[in-house]
Amino acid sequence: MKPTAPHPPDAPAASGAAILRLDQVRFRWPRQTRDILDIPHFTVDSRERVFIKGRSGSGKTTLLNLLTGITQPREGTVTILGTALNALSGTRRDAFRAEHIGFIFQLFNLIPYLPLVGNVTLPCRFSAARRRKALERSATLEQEARRLLSRLELDIDALERRPVAELSVGQQQRVAAARALIGAPELIIADEPTSALDTDTRQAFLRLLLQEAQAQGTTVLLVSHDASLETVFDRAVALETLNRAGTPP
Amino acid sequence: MDIVRLAARSLYNRRYTAWLTLLSIALGVALMLGVEKVRLGAKTSFANTLSGADLIVGARSGAIPLLLYSVFRIGNATNNIDWQSYQAIAHYPAVRWTIPLSLGDSHRGFRVLGTNRDYFEHYRYARQRPLEFSAGQPFDDVYDAVLGADVADKLGYRLGQSIVLSHGIDSAGLAKHDDRPFRVVGILKRTGTPVDRTVHISLAGIEAIHVDWQSGARIPGAAVSAEQARAMDLTPRTLTAFLIGLDSKRHVFSMQRAINEYRPEPLLAILPGVTLQELWDMMSVAENALLGVSVGVVVSSLLGLLTVILAGLHERRREMAILRSVGATPWHIVTLLVTEATLLASCGVLCGVGLLYLLLWIAQPVIESHWGLYIVIAPPTGREFILMALTVGAGCLAGLLPAWLAYRYSLADGMTVRV
Repeated sequence: MKPTAPHPPDAPAASGAAILRLDQVRFRWPRQTRDILDIPHFTVDSRERVFIKGRSGSGKTTLLNLLTGITQPREGTVTILGTALNALSGTRRDAFRAEHIGFIFQLFNLIPYLPLVGNVTLPCRFSAARRRKALERSATLEQEARRLLSRLELDIDALERRPVAELSVGQQQRVAAARALIGAPELIIADEPTSALDTDTRQAFLRLLLQEAQAQGTTVLLVSHDASLETVFDRAVALETLNRAGTPP
Repeated sequence: MDIVRLAARSLYNRRYTAWLTLLSIALGVALMLGVEKVRLGAKTSFANTLSGADLIVGARSGAIPLLLYSVFRIGNATNNIDWQSYQAIAHYPAVRWTIPLSLGDSHRGFRVLGTNRDYFEHYRYARQRPLEFSAGQPFDDVYDAVLGADVADKLGYRLGQSIVLSHGIDSAGLAKHDDRPFRVVGILKRTGTPVDRTVHISLAGIEAIHVDWQSGARIPGAAVSAEQARAMDLTPRTLTAFLIGLDSKRHVFSMQRAINEYRPEPLLAILPGVTLQELWDMMSVAENALLGVSVGVVVSSLLGLLTVILAGLHERRREMAILRSVGATPWHIVTLLVTEATLLASCGVLCGVGLLYLLLWIAQPVIESHWGLYIVIAPPTGREFILMALTVGAGCLAGLLPAWLAYRYSLADGMTVRV
């Protein structure tokens, strides 16, 4: 099955076209007797900005691993862009992730031995499609990285010569955001991307990320325990209400 | 693929440990290939020293010592042979030519060889190459000397120059034959054999400088001038050894038997090629031990490489997770680590080869002048390429263990960052 083409940024949002769908998904670790995740149904529409609120231990990490195809559900299907992830081989899943999903970690997003710009262009090394899309916007990958970084209000000229490990946490998260955005993947998944930032930077970071994602038509799914963030999203869902398995004792 | 660039970047990030690892591999490889070069150099230079002679005859002792002192100027004869024996054997019907050799004196560290003009006619080295003169001609007079190329080069001698020979071949405290100077009449072209490091004079010359000597010292009060000596009977009484060329190879074994059974004096005749082979067989134990030790050094340096990569692995689990998140497969991770190990090993091998050639370039003249071993600086041989390839292969293999661990980590961790 071919994934649906991404919508160009100026096209009207195709509401109702689910970019992500979970059906009867159950997951448990080997040798566990009960499921830690049991989600009967969950969808995210294209271009929607969804906030999933979950405390640590609520199966958040497991959910993210399922959504990115790192782990497979025991039952049910995870469908992204019309492609059921469990129908793909491991290698194809990795390629699928490289092409369609940008990911932002909570902390330490950067490869210490790559330069700042090299960290941003990293997904283009693994996905030809994202490389192509990045090159549609700018003449070179480096220029596209610089464009995104400046859109995220990072002073690239001042920082570029420094090892990435010396950047502040806020600066590192912006570099990570630029990496998730480069080559316009259809979906960005962020795992507590703001929890290490202070309140002011937190709002600014989210505003810039969402703004840029919207500009290129990328759907954003953000998982966090911090309920104060949910106001800037189209929809907020509590993981506890999604997950019938509830919190493990 | 970009993985190579990624691996190179990652190594550069840990450049100090990477450099040390690379250096230890380079040293190991240089040592291993150096042993190989010396072994090969010794073999070719030995094999090239003498050709054309069918038998070497000396006083009865070991075959290998006879070969070493008569041809390679290594060690000394324990006994001489009688001039009469030489004369008798030289007139055997199957003998086409002979070259008498009389050793025992030296000139500033170079050995003096007493012989006759047949030497310049019949001596062959390498592939049947005759000796050629770069200047002058063979000796004629009693006090004429012909120098090997190295002797002339190192001491800066020219034709017509007067030189003084020393008694004995030890370098310290030599008694000099300073009352009988020799005149340089010829300089030989370079041969790459011990001939280059030899001063050649006539047998008569050897006799002349020893007429008033006994047991390694001048006979007191018996001084004989150079001109007086010239008038005396200068037929030698003894020889160190002689080379024989036969009319036909068919006679080699019968001739050898005849000489070994020679009644008046216990003699030993050897076939140079056969004895050389015996020498190799004897040395192969040492050769293999040396090669074994140097392979051991390479292996331990590769274990160092393994340690460096393994030690860094745990801290790199986050890096693996990030790479997975941007679409790297577990196989990319494996490739990354194996590439790092292979890159380190290949750079180590390259540096080792560079180091070896640098050392050879520096040490070649020293080795040649001290041990008479001419090591050819030539491109690596097939066997050396195999050793190099094996080293890189072993490095690649060493990378497989951390790669396998990383594969397990990255399957288990996925994109979850555990530190």
